[in-house]
Amino acid sequence: MWRFFWCTCTCPRKRGHGTQLSATETKLNRVSSVGNALRGIPGVGKGGAQRSSRNATEGVPYSLLRVAVAAIAVLLFCGSDWLQFRGTDNASVGGDKQLPLRFGPDEHVAWKAALPGSGPSGPIVVRGRVVVTAASGASQDRLHVLALDAASGKLRWQRQLWATGSTTHNPFGGVAANTPASDGRRIFALFSSNDLVCFDLDGNLQWLRGLSYECPLARNNAGMASSPLVVGGAVIAQVQNAGESFVVAIDASTGQTRWRIEREQAPIWSSPTVLRGKTPADDLVLLQSRSNFTAYDPATGRVRAVYDHWCDTIASATTCGGRVFLPAAGIHALGCDLTAGRMTLLWSQPRLRAGESSPVACGGRLYVVKDGSILVCGDASDGRILWQLRLKGPIWATPVLAGGYLYLVNHDGLVQTVRLGDKPEVVGGSRIDPGVLASPAVADGALYFRCPQSLWKVARISP
Amino acid sequence: MKSLANLLAAGLLAGLVSVSAPAAEIGPLLAKLQAVGPNGKGHREAAEAWRDLARTDAAKLPDLLAALDHAGPLAANWISTAIDAVAQRTIESGGTLPAPELEKFVRDRRHAPRARRLAYEWLRRADPTAPERLIPGALDDPSVEMRRDAVARLLDQASELAGPQRKADAVALYHKALVAARDADQIALAAERLRSLGQTVDLARQFGFIVAWKVIGPFDNDEDQGSDKGYDAVYPPETGVNLASSCPGRHGVVRWIDYTAADDYGNVDLNVAFGVEKSVAGYASADFFSAGRQEVEIRVASDNALKIWLNGKLIDRRHVYHGSSQLDQYVTPIVLQPGRNRFLVKVCQNAQTQDWARGWGFQLRVCDRLGAAVLSGDRPGKEVRGESR
Repeated sequence: MWRFFWCTCTCPRKRGHGTQLSATETKLNRVSSVGNALRGIPGVGKGGAQRSSRNATEGVPYSLLRVAVAAIAVLLFCGSDWLQFRGTDNASVGGDKQLPLRFGPDEHVAWKAALPGSGPSGPIVVRGRVVVTAASGASQDRLHVLALDAASGKLRWQRQLWATGSTTHNPFGGVAANTPASDGRRIFALFSSNDLVCFDLDGNLQWLRGLSYECPLARNNAGMASSPLVVGGAVIAQVQNAGESFVVAIDASTGQTRWRIEREQAPIWSSPTVLRGKTPADDLVLLQSRSNFTAYDPATGRVRAVYDHWCDTIASATTCGGRVFLPAAGIHALGCDLTAGRMTLLWSQPRLRAGESSPVACGGRLYVVKDGSILVCGDASDGRILWQLRLKGPIWATPVLAGGYLYLVNHDGLVQTVRLGDKPEVVGGSRIDPGVLASPAVADGALYFRCPQSLWKVARISP
Repeated sequence: MKSLANLLAAGLLAGLVSVSAPAAEIGPLLAKLQAVGPNGKGHREAAEAWRDLARTDAAKLPDLLAALDHAGPLAANWISTAIDAVAQRTIESGGTLPAPELEKFVRDRRHAPRARRLAYEWLRRADPTAPERLIPGALDDPSVEMRRDAVARLLDQASELAGPQRKADAVALYHKALVAARDADQIALAAERLRSLGQTVDLARQFGFIVAWKVIGPFDNDEDQGSDKGYDAVYPPETGVNLASSCPGRHGVVRWIDYTAADDYGNVDLNVAFGVEKSVAGYASADFFSAGRQEVEIRVASDNALKIWLNGKLIDRRHVYHGSSQLDQYVTPIVLQPGRNRFLVKVCQNAQTQDWARGWGFQLRVCDRLGAAVLSGDRPGKEVRGESR
């Protein structure tokens, strides 16, 4: 049984996710050596053992300990990084630090870097690198993965691939649609062509999978956009469309398939969401479909709980304090009862109907951008509507929350900063390049915006 | 003392090796990249080999590029990223790329188009004057990307020729661009400019769309417990196309009728042919005359579920409804036999009622692997000729 609690901090990162330590190789090596040492612990072996008591080390399968050590390493060295779509915990919350409320060409724009191609994918930030994907060419079959130095914006490395799957896509989107992910040591870039490639932080190729090359009928003529999720040492890719559909967990270090489960053959553009447990081994993967909402064990692929209700197909679920907020023509707040193997409805609110962007839950409140670019705030405990605020749209990018402000960028490149609280107010309107579809990243006191052909870093710069 | 010297020598050698992998080692390393397969097969060995290759001296770039000539899609990405790593490291460390060798590689059309393009892109970084030497001659390049740059250059030149006194020159350039272009956006742009200059362009012919069809329908495609039963139902046209025959349809006896796609993109609109219907299936058939046996592609687009037969053999099936329709979304290599070849296309419409789910039809073109039209021998009209055929 999961214990529910409300996050009252402005940053819901749990288990010390918000703690930032200097990321030195020495410390990483120390953590790695702990992992190596664990291999010698009597009773810590491979295989088959049932999951043991959460508090006991003895008898815990080695793979779980390895996952735990890896997770601890990520926490230590990537505490304030932004490791995947909507941040490390998919919460869209970037900490307490106040960021510039408004900015312009001569104000708080730390750098702006040109990109070799377009794409709706968002940036991630990992150990001093901003990683972004792009696609170029007449059919967008040239795939790019870039790592830029977060401090200077200079290119650290860039790698190109050719798509091995379909690059057919809606002209509004692109092939570089999926936000990459990282476990703090590697980068996992997935594209609409279902090419999934892994590099280390220095751009050394580790493995690559052509998921559509392996399953040619796994394709979507409108393009695929579900972002990968890294959890429990696995990369979770939801490849769900009108053709062959599946969710696959790929070992982050080897590129080998851990498990693969067939999914409903109906298109979904939403992304897998992590529901953090008490320990990393308790984390769950949440997947939406047109017929139900399912929680999987990332280690085995075993279904742990199901909510028997159709889901929205673009906006992704978010979590806070053990609760799940599922977009399903409004928000359905769910509790997860693993003993009973189901997710139970706590409340639903049709007026919290997400458009294309995903909801944000923080501080006991829920923020949803509904069609018409209206920002709606609800009470996360019961779904009561607290206020509404009309913004300038259209807004496709999921907003981010940092320092008590919500940053929303619309398709025209207008960044609207909203001061939250009981009397919300738009306190900033700043311009970046038009055509924005990507959700920004927040890390180390900076915002990173991805425009079709450029990447921006916005941070406080003293005059 | 001697052992210390040996140790130092070994260390020095190891240091050299770590900077640059000797040429003799490249072959086995590349072989490990070539051996990768689906589902992560060979990745561990390939990752180790990749690291060594990434340290290769830039002088070996032509060898790495040549390895792309026979690489499968997965191996090609392993090799191309290693090439990126070598080239980028060389430039960042103040070294120089072997520009003359790269240019020689680009000029050698026996190499794989993708390899040549990659060589060209790094050459461009090393020698910014290279495009002026290479691109004007790329109008007939087997690399679609090289050709695209050449066509773009022509289109730019033509657009600068303003005024009636330069019209003939502009028409000539646009015409040349139209013939050379393989990407749909460039073909459409050249055609649009030619038409604005008073020229006639048969765009459907330029693309290779089949426009003359016989169609028959509608047949039932009612949903039964969530399944569109008409998709797998075998209606009479599937057992043999007899254009003089009739058979039972949804509303009574149906016969084959003529349908000519009249727009630039060869769209066969079955809502026009049979009237707007839901939960229906229709068939279209066309004969294609080939002078000899030839390997070509059919490129199809549709917002509906499809099955396609060539000479009675099922060659493609796409059980997808209203998932967006894009030019060339389904590409299938086929072999045309000498003489008559018969296409049969089954197009199923489902029960969705949204405005965006109204479409019921398809487009089909026959072309070579670069996208150049391959026309039926009996097709009327005048072929646009140019140097790039």
